[in-house]
Amino acid sequence: MTSDNTLRRLQRADDLDAMKAKVLPRIAIRKDPKAPIYEGVTHHVMICCDTGCTSSGSRKIVEAFENDLKAKGLDKSVEVVVIGCHGFCEMGPLIVIYPDDVYYVHLSPDNIPQIVDETIKGGKVVEDFLYKEAETLRPIVHYKEIEFYAKQKRILLTNCGHINPEDVTEYIANDGYKGLAKALSMKDNTDALLEEVKTSGLRGRGGGGFPTGRKWELCRNAPGDKKYIICNADEGDPGAFMDRSLMEGDPHRLVEGMIIGALIIGADEGYIYCRAEYPLAIRRLRLAISQAETLGLLGDDILGSGWSFHLHIKEGAGAFVCGEETALIHSIEGKRGMPTARPPFPAISGLWGKPTNNNNVETWANIPGIIRNGGAWYASFGTEKSKGTKVFALTGKVNNTGLAEVPMGMTMREIIFNIAGGIQNGKKFKAVQIGGPSGGCLPDSMIDRPVDYDSLIEAGAMMGSGGLVVVDEDTCMVDLARFFLSFTRDESCGKCTPCREGSTRMLNILTNITQGKGKPGDIELLEELARNIKLSALCGLGQTCPNPILSTIRYFRHEYEEHIFHKKCPAGQCVDLLTYWIDSEKCVGCGSCKKICPVSAIDGEKKEPHVIDINKCIKCGSCIEACKKYKAIFKK
Amino acid sequence: MSKNVTLTIDNQSVTVPAGVTIWGAARKLGINIPTLCHHFDVKPYSGCRVCVVEAVGARALVAACSYPVTDGLVVFTNSPKVREARRLVVELLLANHPHECLTCDRNQNCELQKLALDLGVKEIRFEKSKPTWVVDRTSPSLVRDPNKCVLCGRCVRFCADKQTCSVYTFANRGFSSIVTPAFGKGLGEVACTLCGQCSVICPVGAITVKDDTEKVMDAISDPEKIVIVQTAPSVRVALGELFGGAPGSIVTGKMVAGLKRAGFDRVLDTNFTADVTIMEEATEFLHRLGSGKDMPMITSCSPGWINFMEMFYPELVQHHSTCKSPQQIFGALAKTYYAEKEKIDPAKIVSVSIMPCTAKKFECTRPEMNASGYQDVDYVLTTRELGKLLKSCGVAFDQIKPENYDPIMGIGSGAGTIFGNTGGVMEAALRTAYEVVTKKTLPAIEFGAIRGLAGLREAEIDLEGTKIKVAIAHGLGNARKVMDTIKAGNPRGWHFIEVMACPGGCISGGGQPISSDINYRAKRMAGLYEDDRQLTLRKSHENPEVKALYDEYLKEPGGHLSHKLLHTTFHNPHMDLYTE
Repeated sequence: MTSDNTLRRLQRADDLDAMKAKVLPRIAIRKDPKAPIYEGVTHHVMICCDTGCTSSGSRKIVEAFENDLKAKGLDKSVEVVVIGCHGFCEMGPLIVIYPDDVYYVHLSPDNIPQIVDETIKGGKVVEDFLYKEAETLRPIVHYKEIEFYAKQKRILLTNCGHINPEDVTEYIANDGYKGLAKALSMKDNTDALLEEVKTSGLRGRGGGGFPTGRKWELCRNAPGDKKYIICNADEGDPGAFMDRSLMEGDPHRLVEGMIIGALIIGADEGYIYCRAEYPLAIRRLRLAISQAETLGLLGDDILGSGWSFHLHIKEGAGAFVCGEETALIHSIEGKRGMPTARPPFPAISGLWGKPTNNNNVETWANIPGIIRNGGAWYASFGTEKSKGTKVFALTGKVNNTGLAEVPMGMTMREIIFNIAGGIQNGKKFKAVQIGGPSGGCLPDSMIDRPVDYDSLIEAGAMMGSGGLVVVDEDTCMVDLARFFLSFTRDESCGKCTPCREGSTRMLNILTNITQGKGKPGDIELLEELARNIKLSALCGLGQTCPNPILSTIRYFRHEYEEHIFHKKCPAGQCVDLLTYWIDSEKCVGCGSCKKICPVSAIDGEKKEPHVIDINKCIKCGSCIEACKKYKAIFKK
Repeated sequence: MSKNVTLTIDNQSVTVPAGVTIWGAARKLGINIPTLCHHFDVKPYSGCRVCVVEAVGARALVAACSYPVTDGLVVFTNSPKVREARRLVVELLLANHPHECLTCDRNQNCELQKLALDLGVKEIRFEKSKPTWVVDRTSPSLVRDPNKCVLCGRCVRFCADKQTCSVYTFANRGFSSIVTPAFGKGLGEVACTLCGQCSVICPVGAITVKDDTEKVMDAISDPEKIVIVQTAPSVRVALGELFGGAPGSIVTGKMVAGLKRAGFDRVLDTNFTADVTIMEEATEFLHRLGSGKDMPMITSCSPGWINFMEMFYPELVQHHSTCKSPQQIFGALAKTYYAEKEKIDPAKIVSVSIMPCTAKKFECTRPEMNASGYQDVDYVLTTRELGKLLKSCGVAFDQIKPENYDPIMGIGSGAGTIFGNTGGVMEAALRTAYEVVTKKTLPAIEFGAIRGLAGLREAEIDLEGTKIKVAIAHGLGNARKVMDTIKAGNPRGWHFIEVMACPGGCISGGGQPISSDINYRAKRMAGLYEDDRQLTLRKSHENPEVKALYDEYLKEPGGHLSHKLLHTTFHNPHMDLYTE
C-alpha cells in the first residue's frame, strides 16, 4: 500500500499517465491471469471489508490470512488487499483470489490455512467455500458467472471491490482522475463540459431525478463570486447503503466527481455532508482528500492549472431530515437541521447565502466516467428519459441481499428474481418497497414495468436513493405502512404542522387498525390526511411521508378492510388480531404446550385434545413452538 | 430593485414591487390570507402551513407568507384544495392543544382560537393529546406553558433576530418538538433580559405575564394598607386598546378614574418622576461632559436593557447613568418624601406601579431597590394586567368620566410623557440640558431629528456652541451594536446615548396590549407626542411639583439625598442564578 509520504505532487496531467504506467504492472494479475509476476507477488487476496462484511467478521479473515501467510513464509509473495463492498453482502465474509479469480464465500478464520495451502500454494479450488447456485446447488468458481453479478451493469461500481480504496494509485491505475485531467484541459471551455453532463441525461440520484446538467447550469449562472458545492452523503433510508458502499469502496471517484463539478459550476469550495454513523466512509474520504491534496489533484493550483478547489467533510449527527437540502445546508452552517421554504433555491442562495449546488453521492460519482467517456457513452445506457445505471440496495426477504448496479429500465421482476435471487424459503413475493419511507410499494402486478424515474412515480412509488425492501406473503401491509410511518414520524423535524402533527395522527390510526381498534372511516381519514400532507407539508420529507400509506391502500386496500371490518390480519402478523387454536383432530394430548404456556392458558387431560383459553392467552407463540411435531396449534 | 411584477390572485390582477410575498400582494387586493407562524415583526418561517395557497405550476401548495411573487404568477387563495388543507392544519393543531380556552389568559385574544372560528373548524376527529410538559414559572416576569405552544417559532425568531439574545430554541424532533431555553432550563435560569416581547408575539397562551393582580386586590381590600399607584407614560396611549379603542388613543383621565374605582387610595403619575429623572440625569450628564469621565453616558429607564447590559457587557456598566428609573425613583420617594408630606406611616404603604413592561416586575425586587428602608415598589402590574383588573372590578371604561391624578407626585410634564417613546428620554433630557447650559429658552421644543422608529438614530445637538453627539437605540439588537461600538473605542464620538430594550420603546413594551395593527407602534408613539403637545408644561425643570421636591426635600439634583434615594449601582442578582 502506498502511504501518503511516498506520494509526490503531480505537476501536470501527463504525470498522471506516468503514475498509471508505474502502478499497472503491480495490479495486473487482477485483470490478466497471465500477467507477469511483479516483484515476486504471485497472488492478490482481495477481502471485502466494507461495513457489511466487517460486521460479519471479515477483519478476522484479514488477520487470519496475514498470520497464516507469515507463518508459511508467503507474506512477501501474497498481497492481502482490503477492498470495499464487493456487492454480494449476503455472502460475507467473501474473498477473491487472483490471478485465478477464485471466489470464496461465508468464510471463517479457521478456513484460512486450508485456503492458503490448497488454493494459494496448491493451485486447487476448495469446493466447500464456493458459492452454490440457489436451486441447483451447482458450485461456481468465478463470481462473474453468478447470476447476481452477471445480470448487473457495473459502470459506476466498476472499482468497488476491485481496488484498495485507501490507495489512490490503484484508482489512478484504473483511469482515476483522467476525467479531471480532461476537464482541466478544457477549463476555458466549461460550456462544453456542461454540455457533456447534459448530453449524458444524468438525473439526480438522490431521489428527485432533476436533470443534473440543468441543475448545475442554474447555480453556474447565479450571480455571485463565491459558490459552493455539496455532496449529500446523509443516506438515511432504512435499508439503503448504496452511498456508503460507494464511499467506502471507491472514495476517489466521488472526490474527482466533485472537483470536476466545481470547475464546471464555478465553485471554489465544497462540502461532503456525511452522517457520522458512517465512520469507515468518513475515514476513507478523509484519506482520499488528503491523498488528492498531496498529489495536487485537490486544493490550490490543481495539476498546475492555476485553478483551486477545496473540499471539506462535515459529519452529520444522524437526523434523517438533514438529507433534505435546505436542512442539510443549515446543519453545515451550525444551525438546527430544519428545512426552509424555497424559493430562494440553494442554486441562488444556499450555504451562507451563496449559490450552492447539492447532489448526492451517486450523482457526483457518475461524473468522472461521463467526462472521461463522454455524455453520449453514458446516455447509451438506460431508457429514453432515465439514462445510465442505478445502484440498488437489495434487502428484505430476498435470497441475495447486496448491492446491485443495473441499467435503468430493467424490470423490477428481473432485479428481484434474477439478481436478488427471488424470495427466501420459497415464500411468495408480496410487494417491494422502493424509495424508503418516502417511497411506495409495488405489488406483483406492477413489477413488470421498467424501473425508471417516471414509471415509478406513475405507479405511486419513487426512485428514491435506491433502497429496495422486498416483503413476502407473511408481511402485513398495514403493519409495513405503520413501520415506515413510525420512522418518518420520529424523524420529522417538527417545523411544519402537517408533517409533525399529521404523521403522528396517521401513525395513531394505523396503530389502532393493527390493534383491532380500527373504525369505519379510518381509511378515508387516512386518505384525507395523506392527500393534504402531500400538498401542504413544507419539505420533501413531509410531502412524501404519506406515500407508504397511499400505495398500500392503493394496492392492498382489502388488507386494511379485513383489519377494520373483520378484525383479521390476513398475513397473520398483527398479534392483537390473532387467536390461537388447537386442532382437536391433530392434538394427541402430549401436554407439552400446557407445560410451556407461561400463563396457564392451556388445559386438557393427558392423551385428550387440549384447549386454549383465549381470554388468558397472551399470544406469545410458545405453544406453537412446542407443538412442532404435531402442528396441532395454529393462529388465525 | 424596485422592479414591479404583475400577477393574478383569485382572478384579479395586481401589480406589486418584486420581492413582495403572495401574502403581501393579496392584502393589496383586500384578500386576507390567514397565518399563524407569520408575524409582521419577524421574518417568514413557513412552518404552520395555515397560509398555504395554490400557485399554478408549483408541485404542492406554497406558503403565502414567504413565497415571492413573480411576473405572471397565478394564485388561488380560496380553492377547495386550499380550504381543505388549511382547515385540516388547524384541526391538527387543535388536536394537540389543551382545550382550556375558557381559563386561558389569551381567551378571546388568541390567534389559534380565531383561526378555528374563521376557518370553521367545528370538529376534531383525532384523539386529543394530554399535557405532558411542566409549566415553567422560574421567571420573575413570565410564565411559559409548553403544552399550549403551537411551535410557530415567533418567540424564537424575535428573541434571536431582534433582541439577539436567543433565549429560546427548538429542541427534540417531530411530535416531541418543543420551544425551550437551552438545555431545558427554566426561563429564570438563563440569560433572559425579561423584555417580555415573546409574550407579545406569542399567538396563543404559551408565554404569558406572571399575574400579580390578585396580590394587588388583596392589598386594596386590606383596610390597614394605603395603596398608592403610579402609572407609566406609555400606559395611557395603550390601555384603551383593551377596551376596544384605537392604538394611540389617549385615555389618561379614564385610566385614573378607573384606578380610583378599583379602590386605589392614591393615583399618581410616573411622569412626575420621569421629570425628576431628567433633573438628575441632565445634571449627571453635564458633570460627566465637563470631566470627560465615563463618557459616553448611557441613559435608560428600561430594566430589560439594564439586565442585558449587566449580563452581556458588565465591563461597560460605568458608562451608564447611575440614576434609577422613574418607577424606582417614584418608589423611593413614595415611602419617604410622599409619606412625610401626607403623614402616612411608610410601613402601611403598598406601592403599586402600572407599567408597559415585564422586566419591571423583576426590577422592583432587586435588593438595592429599598432606599426607603422598605421594598420601594411592592407590585408591578403590566398594562394587560391592569385591563383585566379594571374589567374584574366592573369598570365600564367606555362610560367612565375622566379624572385627574391626585396632588403631590401627580403632575408630569410633556417631557415626562414622551419617556415612553424611543428617543423620548433623550429629547426630555435635551430640553432641560439646553436651558440649563445656555440659560436660554429653547427655540424649538421638539427635536424632530431624534424621533422616529429607525433602529439606531444619531444626531448632533448644538447647545449654543457645545456640540453634543447623541445616539438612540431601541431593540436589543441595536443596543448590542451600540455597545460594540463603545467597546471599539466609540469611533462615532457619541456623548449621550439612549437605549430601550423593546423595539419602539415602552409604548410597545412586553406588558402592553397585543395588537394586530401593523402600525401600532407608530400610532402609540404619535399618541404620546400628541399628549406632550396638548400640555402647557413640557419641560421637566419647569414642573412645579418637581421644583417643590427639590426646594423642600432633596435640595439639589445630584445632591446627597438624591444619591441616597435616586441613584443605584449595577449588579444583577438575576445573573447569580447561573453564574458560578
